[in-house]
Amino acid sequence: MDSGASVSRARSNLLHLTIMAKLPTDVPSLVDRFGPHPNRVPAGGWTAAGEPDRLVPTHCCFCGQQCGIQLKVRQNKVVGFEPWEEFPFNRGKLCPKGVKRYMQDEHPDRLRTPLERREGAGFVGTTWDAALDRTAREIRRIQERHGRDAFAMLTGASLTNERAYLMGKFARVALGTPHIDYNGRLCMVSAAAASKKMLGIDRAASPWSDIPKAEVVLVAGANVAECAPITTDYLWQARENGARIIVIDPRLTPIARTADLFIPVRPGGDIGVFGGMLRVMIERGWIDRAFIEAHTTGWAAVVEAVEPYTPEHAGAIAGVPPALIVRAAELWGPAKTSFLLHARGIEHHSKGVDNCMAAINLVLASGRIGREGCGYAMITGQGNGQGGREQGQKCDQLPGARDIENPVHRRHVAGVWGVDEASLPGKGLSTIPLVEAIHEGRIKGLLLLCFNPVVSLPDGNFVREALERLEFFVVIDFFMSETARYADLVLPTALMEEDEGTTTNVEGRVVHHRRAVAPPPGVREDWRIAGDLAARLGAGDKFQYRSPAEIFEELRAASKGGVADYSGITWERIDREFGVFWPCPSPDHPGTPRLYEGGRFGHPDGRARFQPVTWRPAAEEPDDEYPLALTTGRVVAHYLSGTQTLRIGALVDQHPQPTCEMHPKLADTLNVADGDFVRVETRRGHVTVRAQVVRTIRPDTIFVPYHWPHDRSINNCTVRAIDPVSHIPEFKVCAARVVKAAAPADALAALAPEAGGVR
Amino acid sequence: MNGEPAFFIDHSRCIGCRACVQACEECDTHRGHSMIHLETIERRDTIQTAPQVCMHCEDPICAKVCPADAIKMTPDGVVQSALKPRCIGCSNCVLACPFGVPKYAAEFDQMMKCDMCYDRTSAGKKPMCATVCPSQALAFVTPAEIERTRRGAAVQEWRFGGESVRTKVYVMAPAGVPAVHVDLVRRDGSPVAPRGRAPVADDVAAILGEL
Repeated sequence: MDSGASVSRARSNLLHLTIMAKLPTDVPSLVDRFGPHPNRVPAGGWTAAGEPDRLVPTHCCFCGQQCGIQLKVRQNKVVGFEPWEEFPFNRGKLCPKGVKRYMQDEHPDRLRTPLERREGAGFVGTTWDAALDRTAREIRRIQERHGRDAFAMLTGASLTNERAYLMGKFARVALGTPHIDYNGRLCMVSAAAASKKMLGIDRAASPWSDIPKAEVVLVAGANVAECAPITTDYLWQARENGARIIVIDPRLTPIARTADLFIPVRPGGDIGVFGGMLRVMIERGWIDRAFIEAHTTGWAAVVEAVEPYTPEHAGAIAGVPPALIVRAAELWGPAKTSFLLHARGIEHHSKGVDNCMAAINLVLASGRIGREGCGYAMITGQGNGQGGREQGQKCDQLPGARDIENPVHRRHVAGVWGVDEASLPGKGLSTIPLVEAIHEGRIKGLLLLCFNPVVSLPDGNFVREALERLEFFVVIDFFMSETARYADLVLPTALMEEDEGTTTNVEGRVVHHRRAVAPPPGVREDWRIAGDLAARLGAGDKFQYRSPAEIFEELRAASKGGVADYSGITWERIDREFGVFWPCPSPDHPGTPRLYEGGRFGHPDGRARFQPVTWRPAAEEPDDEYPLALTTGRVVAHYLSGTQTLRIGALVDQHPQPTCEMHPKLADTLNVADGDFVRVETRRGHVTVRAQVVRTIRPDTIFVPYHWPHDRSINNCTVRAIDPVSHIPEFKVCAARVVKAAAPADALAALAPEAGGVR
Repeated sequence: MNGEPAFFIDHSRCIGCRACVQACEECDTHRGHSMIHLETIERRDTIQTAPQVCMHCEDPICAKVCPADAIKMTPDGVVQSALKPRCIGCSNCVLACPFGVPKYAAEFDQMMKCDMCYDRTSAGKKPMCATVCPSQALAFVTPAEIERTRRGAAVQEWRFGGESVRTKVYVMAPAGVPAVHVDLVRRDGSPVAPRGRAPVADDVAAILGEL
């Protein structure tokens, strides 16, 4: 196809979208009014003289590590930051997102009044009473006409534990709907399912302080330098102590550059590496048979499952020379101590749970878990990715990581909530099926917060179509996200630093986000909005909180006796001890930094469960028509769908727009030079971005980061396929093709890059 | 070496995240202007990056070539930005510095550069960049701490052709390396490394045996 044809097709698609799209006015008008506009100057300006009134020790909200940071406050405005060197996890270290996070406070794009959709005009301001009354009226109307299940909620893993807990309770008690799920569905659920199934507890097994004590560290599918930057120093501490580092990734990332062994795996080929390594370990006797005998079940089935994974077979699956897999086994197998880390690279697959289980098989076979220097962890991506999935906003869970279909669990939580157990709904739909149910018209109303599915879900065109079909759509957010533009009502809420609460970091350490400043006038915190709505829905007596501290007290009781037991944790203890690790079942319990000590696992019999794993293809493998593997991910300057970081000027300047990374060998065959515009196409959609030609990626693979909207949103292209167990979407591989393109000249391309334009 | 903290750069640890540059802007006196920068070597060939703070030469050539005598050193060896009343904006220092550190800021008609966060270090704090650096490619610790926690050697001797330079800031080099040679051209004019040589180490196709 020539580039002229491709441009004219882009235009006709845009025209089609413009006609179809259920937006109250055109995108440039919405951007003009609500942003994203990059904020480049702190509140009061750079030249504002004088010391801050106070330094508030709190945490960065822009990834699962939850680094300690101090915010400078003057006259109820956040005016800067200062490193917090006492906090033991990061000792003052921060990435650029942490350094600049304070710039979203006092941001000109902040929503300060409830907004009502007005056709042709966009949005007009309304009062809180009018907005809440209308929301309650619409919820009642939809539920009376179509049943309680016709109204759903989508929430987020960047919420505090208190808010996550409250949203789960709100859905089940105030709305009476089973359908609540959260954007942690795009993040941690594969790792969670694998850990729960094999080890018995869904949490990183080990604290980060075990990493520097390991002889060998294996990092699979984790671009640590960009997505968990602080962890880089832990890897280097291990390295300085003599550890060997193995990195498995389709791209040569900054930590891969200095690894002892880098395996450039084909997207989706991870089980080849893990299965091949385990077979070599069995063959050479690098197996802890005493540990397996005493503390596990299911080993024989695993031995049988990996038997076909000869180095040649494993190498063919992984798409790498077999010698690399043998070398990995030689480094990992005989070590006395080790740490295995993985992240979305192996988890974002339609076989994401199997990928994680194959990794855990390696850990269990070596017997190196639950003691000093012997660890295993998934690297949490979202701010409260860990805590967010424990408090009951996941469609199949109740607080304390309890099972919504377990009668004993239901009775406990119903007791804490003061409701009849029979009134609690059962298991609801997970995110992707929930959006499909909206598309099919089975779900007609949606309350959404802390989630920007228009940018963050796969198959973006399908997601937009679904939102257009809602009868009533209300969004709670602090900025007008791309998703909020589709809403009938937008309710303005508070930032992390304007509310108070806890999150649970990558290690399972519960930390305290302090309120640095009051929310701006006109804005209400999520928990107040939930209470105000509950009162209008006749459930006000169940939501009578005067502060987030009271919600935490109830959360403690609700989690008591559960797997994720917070009952011994208080805010005062968190402050005194720099965080407390769950499970912590009583006030005198020290917390549990390291799980599974003494080989005692989370299952009732105390044994870990080996799981046999056999590789299967991705939902959509590259083929003749779409010959490349498209993989997606993050860059260091941006967080998730960009609602926050694309409004911070310094971060926009650092990484203004997405590019398509490709190897020079591929670029040559496409006649593409660095900086040329290319159109990335899949069976679902396309983006037009500039090419970045680099030797640090497999020649059969392209990479595009996902933080941007519109025709720069690579999730227009990704595949709406999910893992059968975890329901995580397959963001990390689908079939694509690339063609050289002319510079796009449409109205969306002319927007600023942070708004989805291109330069 | 004594018990006072010093500045160490370990280029191999750098992940190119720019936390150092972003944090430098945020220092109380910098008001949104970074005094340091991050170099991308050659992104096509490698993901290596290099943070560049002022190396604080013991005999700073930037000061020696300044016709206005605007660049001063503190008694403890920190080379400061050009003094505003004296700086004539000639950029001699920009051209002369072997590390490419000083930058001429047209907005202020003044040369500005890293002063090792003199306001912070003189108050017992670490420089901003070394505090936040997530990989600790930039570290402000005692030499004893570096010896205890890092492999390799801390080096402060540089050779630029026949020129020797000694800096207050250390770089981490392989053990046994007494000085860092940064020659691009031999004394006879021939290049040390042939131009255009493909750096195979960071080429994924080479690792896959596809070159």
